[in-house]
Amino acid sequence: MVNSVTNMRMEVKNLNFYYGRNLALKNINMGIENNKVTAVIGPSGCGKSTFIRILNRMNDIIIGSRVEGEILLDGDNIYAPQVDVVDIRRKIGMVFQKSNPFPKSIFDNIAYGLKINGISNKTEITDRVEMSLKNSALWEEVRDRLDDNAFELSGGQQQRLCIARALAIEPEVILFDEPCSALDPISTAKIEELINQLKERYTIAIVTHNMQQAARISDYTGFFLLGELIEFDKTEKIFTNPSQKQTEDYITGRFG
Amino acid sequence: MQLKKKKEKLLEWLFLFFAFLSNILLVGIIIILFKESLPLFKEIKVLDFLLGRHWYPTYDPAEFGILPLILGSLWVTIGSLLVAVPLGLGAAIYISEIASTSLKEILKPVVEVLAGIPSVVLGFFGMVVIAPFLQEVFKLPTGLNALNGSILLGIMAIPTITSISEDCLSSVPRGFKEASYALGANRWETMIKVTVPAAFSGISSAVILGMGRAIGETMTVLMVAGGSAVIPHSFLQPVRTMTATIAAEMGETAIGSEHYYALFGIAVVLFILTLIFNIIADLVAQRFRKRIV
Repeated sequence: MVNSVTNMRMEVKNLNFYYGRNLALKNINMGIENNKVTAVIGPSGCGKSTFIRILNRMNDIIIGSRVEGEILLDGDNIYAPQVDVVDIRRKIGMVFQKSNPFPKSIFDNIAYGLKINGISNKTEITDRVEMSLKNSALWEEVRDRLDDNAFELSGGQQQRLCIARALAIEPEVILFDEPCSALDPISTAKIEELINQLKERYTIAIVTHNMQQAARISDYTGFFLLGELIEFDKTEKIFTNPSQKQTEDYITGRFG
Repeated sequence: MQLKKKKEKLLEWLFLFFAFLSNILLVGIIIILFKESLPLFKEIKVLDFLLGRHWYPTYDPAEFGILPLILGSLWVTIGSLLVAVPLGLGAAIYISEIASTSLKEILKPVVEVLAGIPSVVLGFFGMVVIAPFLQEVFKLPTGLNALNGSILLGIMAIPTITSISEDCLSSVPRGFKEASYALGANRWETMIKVTVPAAFSGISSAVILGMGRAIGETMTVLMVAGGSAVIPHSFLQPVRTMTATIAAEMGETAIGSEHYYALFGIAVVLFILTLIFNIIADLVAQRFRKRIV
């Protein structure tokens, strides 16, 4: 399965994940190709959100969780003991299911990440705020109101602000955890278009419960069921000619 | 049937009475406060009362300037905040953000028990423990002074500040913290730059409520603040607060004397100050709810 990926940016090797004694992910192996969109699909509770959070060590926060196996970024294990988790999260950005801008101004929402990563030059901050807002297709809508509170934006705009915030610190990989699940179809279309543009410069992994979305925007798709990766392949293959019966049942809507 | 209806009506009236009782009491107290203080202002001007520098109620002629008392109250209140805000907020941050769940379950109730210690007991502690200590350290003639009062009032305000701040910190949505971690922030940066600012309005209303508690407190300051009604210049000086003045002198004044009216005048000033604190705390808390939800 992994072999179909040719130019791997991240690689998951023999991953087991436990919540306490409960094995939540079983022996996952997959690759995430450079400058492509990799989608993770599956029914609720299949472990897909857990999986994507492991990719930038967000699950470290959860007490009693444990990771076995390796997750490589450019060949280095991000769970190796000498690795600084802060550094990993800087390289692997994340956009969450529920848009979560800080209760700060639009400008400060983006400047925050820059400041904590040691950028203090004001012109540089201003430039990078503008650039990341342009890259997240939000600039035209907010250029005159950068000092407004981010909560005054619409849901879709807030989610694009969160994307801008992630882009500002120039990560290598961006993880999206069901970024459109709370959005209307028009906002969803905008985010999808944005993801499509972003893959020219970033490597992207996206969790979605929406199979059409995976089919529309991804190059690779992994299908998760009950904590196992049932099938991983090119999206086209998964949706037209899946090799596993369970995958076929799921994408044809027989369950989930 | 008829009887049942009458009974229901009766109950309705009864509960209406209960509902209004506290309001009626409040209005009654306010009316009496103002009514009993009014005769004084036929004799002296309001401004002379508020800004007069001398409180000599038993001299002849008597002087009723309460500026030293207002300042005495403000000094110990501000002093108590200097004690209570860092300690109370620090405790809140630790309990909410750092402590393990089991530790949290011990710490928070214990801090809240602190609120249950009677003020006279704290006052006792101030006289027996803190006063000799301050006297020794600063080489003072007496350890009963503004600093002593501030420390004790600070201890009394800590539970208010800690408990409310902790609630506000814990109610900061998890998404804010996750977003911050995902941007490469560490725990400390997340706490200082995201969690605490997000809870800021709630924390400030906690501080104002703690302040209201400190300014209205009587017994402790009566026991440990020293009781001299002069304009304070330093924390090491004995001061007298508005509350302590009322408590100490009310028993010795003739009802209907100028002195008696003047004590009611002090109570009015105190009431207005506390009311202002509460209104501010309420406004701030409202803003907080709007911003987060």
